[in-house]
Amino acid sequence: MNIDSIKNGYVIDHIKAGKGMQIYELLNLNELDCQVAIITNAKSKKTGKKDIIKIDRDIPIDLEKLGFIDHNITVNIVKNDKIIEKRKLNLPEKIVNVVKCNNPRCITSIDNTLDQIFILTDKEKEVYRCRYCEMSLKK
Amino acid sequence: MKHLIDIKDLSVEEINSLIEVAKDIMNHKEKYSHKCDGKILATLFFEPSTRTRLSHESAMLSLGGQVLGFSEASSSSASKGETVADTVRMVGCYSDIIAMRHPKEGAPYVASLKSTVPIINAGDGGHNHPTQTLTDLLTIHCEKGRLENLTIGLCGDLKFGRTVHSLITAMSRYKNIKFVLISPDELKLPDYVKKDVLEKNNMEYVETKDIEEYLGDLDILYMTRVQKERFFNEEDYIRLKDYYILNKEKLKKAKNDLCIMHPLPRVNEISTDVDDDPRACYFKQANYGKYIRMALILKLLEVK
Repeated sequence: MNIDSIKNGYVIDHIKAGKGMQIYELLNLNELDCQVAIITNAKSKKTGKKDIIKIDRDIPIDLEKLGFIDHNITVNIVKNDKIIEKRKLNLPEKIVNVVKCNNPRCITSIDNTLDQIFILTDKEKEVYRCRYCEMSLKK
Repeated sequence: MKHLIDIKDLSVEEINSLIEVAKDIMNHKEKYSHKCDGKILATLFFEPSTRTRLSHESAMLSLGGQVLGFSEASSSSASKGETVADTVRMVGCYSDIIAMRHPKEGAPYVASLKSTVPIINAGDGGHNHPTQTLTDLLTIHCEKGRLENLTIGLCGDLKFGRTVHSLITAMSRYKNIKFVLISPDELKLPDYVKKDVLEKNNMEYVETKDIEEYLGDLDILYMTRVQKERFFNEEDYIRLKDYYILNKEKLKKAKNDLCIMHPLPRVNEISTDVDDDPRACYFKQANYGKYIRMALILKLLEVK
């Protein structure tokens, strides 16, 4: 299978197999009119298989959102056909309006003027809790 | 400006200071009877809770202040779709401090972000109820003379019982506290409380279904009601509501200086034949609740 290399843009690599579409949707890549390729179940030495997304345009990418979904992802920045930077991601301390609290007793369930805020409360176990009701988030 | 949304908002030193002030108020009521002259407490109760509302109102009236508010959402502008943030901004124009009860978890926190006056969380869903925890701490301090070196039995609904979670969190900051967790399997203390509070603070605890198993070891027995409003399934509620009934007979195994507590209201979990037992502290506990709220109002209003 051949997928053209990209000139200026991103290769989002080491995505956990099966998460590619979720990231595609989260980053609203469907709204772009450039070439975007999603490769699922690509071979990986480390994990057996992985997903990859290639974006042939230099667009702003929300690294916090990406880090929240999977901080093992690598974002390769491509300029003039060459990778000029490999960015490792971190678990963000706070995420805003990425996911919704699904606790029916949470104030956010009735007040849609509120931002959906989650705070990283346990880095080791990757636990996020709703800022309002403190319910943990099931990723 | 300080709010009280979560018991963790207060340091141990602040809690100890509130307890000292509350005790001083109990002993010198007259000295405090005009401390809040000209101040107004608004009680915004988006769900009914007669006991909590009256104790806040009684606290403010006993300090010489006045009260206004509503006791259910249907008599507030929330029924017209107003947000909590807008309600508190409006009420802040008419009052100096707000006590808020809301069925939705996190509502008092949202209020605190926008309010121009201090907010007291008077209970938000199954989440926090810090003034109940302060009441419990004052009760323990008055009845046992200390907040350290205690074996505390928590009995009943340990899953949804927010008073239990808050009390465990508060007591985790004091030395040599052991917990006996007494509940049916369905109402056991959630894992996150065990891991994030008990185990994180290296606190000793045991779990049992049998109320009598460790009764003789306890300094405090904290009974709780199985709350109907926390169940989505009525069958489960009916099956579990009378799982524990503490009576005079069972108390024969307990220490003579046991302190029996209950946040009230009780249903069947403490038999009325226990009420006359000198170890029954739950009505005194309700009385302590007024004094600790008086101390809290003084602190938040920065009245010396």
